[in-house]
Amino acid sequence: MNTHQPDTEHPDSAAASAPEPERKKSVQLRRMAEQAGGGIGPLILKIVLLGLFDALGVFAVLLIVQAQNWFMLVVVAAIIVFFNWVYLRPGATPAKYLAPGFAFLIIFQLFVVVYTGYIGFTNYGTGHNGSKDQAISSLLASGQERVEDSASYPVTVLQQGDTLGLLVTEADGTVKYGDAEHPLDEVNDAEMDGDTATGRPGFDTLTFADILTVQDTLTELAVPLSDDPNDGSLRTSDGRQAFVYVSNLVYDEEADTLTNTETGVVYTASAEGTFQSENGKNLYPGWNVTVGFDNFAKAIGEESIRGPLLSVTVWTFVFAVISVATTFFLGLFMAIVFNNDRMRGRKMYRALVILPYAFPAFLSAMIWAGLLSKSYGFINQVLFFGAEIPWLTDPMLAKFSVLAVNLWLGFPYMFLVTMGALQSIPDELQEAATVDGARPWQIFRLIKLPLLLVSVTPLLIASFAFNFNNFNIIYMLTGGGPRFEDADANIGATDILISMVYKVAFTGQTRDYGLASVFSILIFIIVTIVTVISFKRTKALEDIN
Amino acid sequence: MTTTLNPETPVARPAVAPRSARSRRLRRLWRDTGWRHLVGIAVVIYAIFPILYVLSAAFNPNGTLTGSNALFSEVGFDSFARILNNPDQPFAAWFANTVIIGGVTALLTVFLGAMAAYAFSRMRFSGRRMGLLTLLLVQMFPQLLAVVAIFLLMSSIGDIFPALGLNTKTGLIMVYMGGALGVNTYLMYGFFNTIPVSIDEAAKIDGAGHTRIFFTIILRLVLPILVVVGLLAFITSTNEYVIASVMLTDPENKTLAVGLYQLVSNPRYADWSAFSAGAVMSALPVVIIFVALQKYIVGGLTAGSVK
Repeated sequence: MNTHQPDTEHPDSAAASAPEPERKKSVQLRRMAEQAGGGIGPLILKIVLLGLFDALGVFAVLLIVQAQNWFMLVVVAAIIVFFNWVYLRPGATPAKYLAPGFAFLIIFQLFVVVYTGYIGFTNYGTGHNGSKDQAISSLLASGQERVEDSASYPVTVLQQGDTLGLLVTEADGTVKYGDAEHPLDEVNDAEMDGDTATGRPGFDTLTFADILTVQDTLTELAVPLSDDPNDGSLRTSDGRQAFVYVSNLVYDEEADTLTNTETGVVYTASAEGTFQSENGKNLYPGWNVTVGFDNFAKAIGEESIRGPLLSVTVWTFVFAVISVATTFFLGLFMAIVFNNDRMRGRKMYRALVILPYAFPAFLSAMIWAGLLSKSYGFINQVLFFGAEIPWLTDPMLAKFSVLAVNLWLGFPYMFLVTMGALQSIPDELQEAATVDGARPWQIFRLIKLPLLLVSVTPLLIASFAFNFNNFNIIYMLTGGGPRFEDADANIGATDILISMVYKVAFTGQTRDYGLASVFSILIFIIVTIVTVISFKRTKALEDIN
Repeated sequence: MTTTLNPETPVARPAVAPRSARSRRLRRLWRDTGWRHLVGIAVVIYAIFPILYVLSAAFNPNGTLTGSNALFSEVGFDSFARILNNPDQPFAAWFANTVIIGGVTALLTVFLGAMAAYAFSRMRFSGRRMGLLTLLLVQMFPQLLAVVAIFLLMSSIGDIFPALGLNTKTGLIMVYMGGALGVNTYLMYGFFNTIPVSIDEAAKIDGAGHTRIFFTIILRLVLPILVVVGLLAFITSTNEYVIASVMLTDPENKTLAVGLYQLVSNPRYADWSAFSAGAVMSALPVVIIFVALQKYIVGGLTAGSVK
């Protein structure tokens, strides 16, 4: 899915193909004419690019087969076949222009939405990140203890790229090499110093001084003795002697259980994606499984999630609506103020007023966070003479601050838009109303405002949709805080839904992708409803028909 | 202050004392444009004071947040040197990453989007309505809503193709393109429709194929919208934090948004002047481009929805 770029960049490769076959003869003639016009260059370019694309595609397929990811194999193979079919077939010109762009759109915009829906039904997250096989080998690697009285092996620590590995010389003189991912395997190309292997071409031998710098990584390193994780692995603490470590857990494949050899406790694979003992103790890491509506039940059922979720949802709406309203009215007011031909320096004012809009938004939010800092910020220290007003740490004031900063960020856009819309209202309307005796305020309220709203309503809806998911301002200004005291997760008074999704999924000690996806689904539903309503009211769809 | 512009000449009334005539003229002036200047000045102060503040902080060698409160008390380039020479925070690498990611995303978005817009605008085919509807709907659902799925997708792609997965520019560019194409193709589609079809037809009669028409005629005529879309795509990707922060973890791979945010996640302890210096350097190119081309950008922003 990621290799079709080379070919997509040059649609002119389609030059030699013919338009829709309507009448055979004319098609032939046209094709000849087109080829005559296009020359041989585009054709060669097309062949070269498609060839490159296919070569990369075959390479990708080989890698995927090696990784045994069958779902991805089907997708990538389908993409390769589809692109070859589109660009080799005469006719179907539109597809040649649409395919590359839509491929990206479908994978990274539409597919990920569907995938979000799927993740919402799994327990993907901390403790349930990988597959079951990964969980088993990681459990067997974690509970390891040194086998008493076992022999020690002389080892040399080798490095290749970022990977550390152990070069082992066994008692009988065989030399083996392995790293965390690859079990020990015999090697023949080792450089020997007496009876001990000390190096290998293509690898860096770590000196004693080197080893001190990677001490932490080295003590973590466990090189499996063989493919069977029950055999245990080699570990070293000083980089010279390694010992066999065996897990106190044993995996029984037929029964699908892990048994602790010391305590005798049997852990059985459970439906929740963990090995569980009879008295309910879980071994982590587990693996991810589908859990049905559990995440939804959690979001609605658990008081510590439902409470924050409700207040966050309400605040998201309040934030979006007030943001649109304040930016629109300040923008409109400024447009009216500057909408006077006799006013001097309008261009100057205009250029200065739109500066907040030109300034990158993420930086503005960070700068405002500094300005509003309680004890050290400019606002408190200089404008309020040292008063410690908790602009960002009091729930109500933080909400106010977020709205005020968003007003700063947003009004220049509304100013530009309403300015344009106001100027497009014909002067005759105003003159006619004046002749009829209307006062300026009446002219504005009864004539200009309704006309203005007709043209800017779609932009107001777009602005609402944007602010509904305006992550940057919230996260960079207050981080969503101040935190709710009754919530489990780090969710706070100014969090909106999207920043809540981000925090649940990617910050804090535990990552819960499943629950975060449920919140995402909630946003999708809300946005869909808003979209349907707004499309019905505006006439956006008619343009397409 | 705007006496010369006032077109209404006062009617000569000899009986009125000169002083009251002047005060009346002043009052009229006030009602006409004076108050507008007052409001204008107030709003300009509101609009530019944070920007002046960050400029002052950037040139303040001092460092702390408190030290930045005395505006323009000291001027020096120490903080620029600090932000550029700190190996833990490779600002220059962030800057380069941001420009590369934004630039490549913008170029490819413009190109692929223009191809799609050309097909929608000039050709009739089954599925055309469906395609346009998809583009229209996709605009309402920003990509960051699916950030969890994007992260997991890129992580599994990266398991197989490390060059395209997490922590790579290529991976992030692919994701951004998927997000940018919906909005921008629709924007371009609207603009393509304003180019008369008769131009194409004339070229067709002269024997030009669709490729030649696209490259040599259409792309030239729609150049303004290509520039606007490119800039919008660039600015959007520069401002993007969510997906970038999740995908890019190594310090030298970060973009400006991710790197600078982590630099000042606690403004009280951060080197505020160094951050400000970085902010000024990051913002300058964007602001210059924006101000220089604002006419086109604003036109492009409204063209999508206001007909």
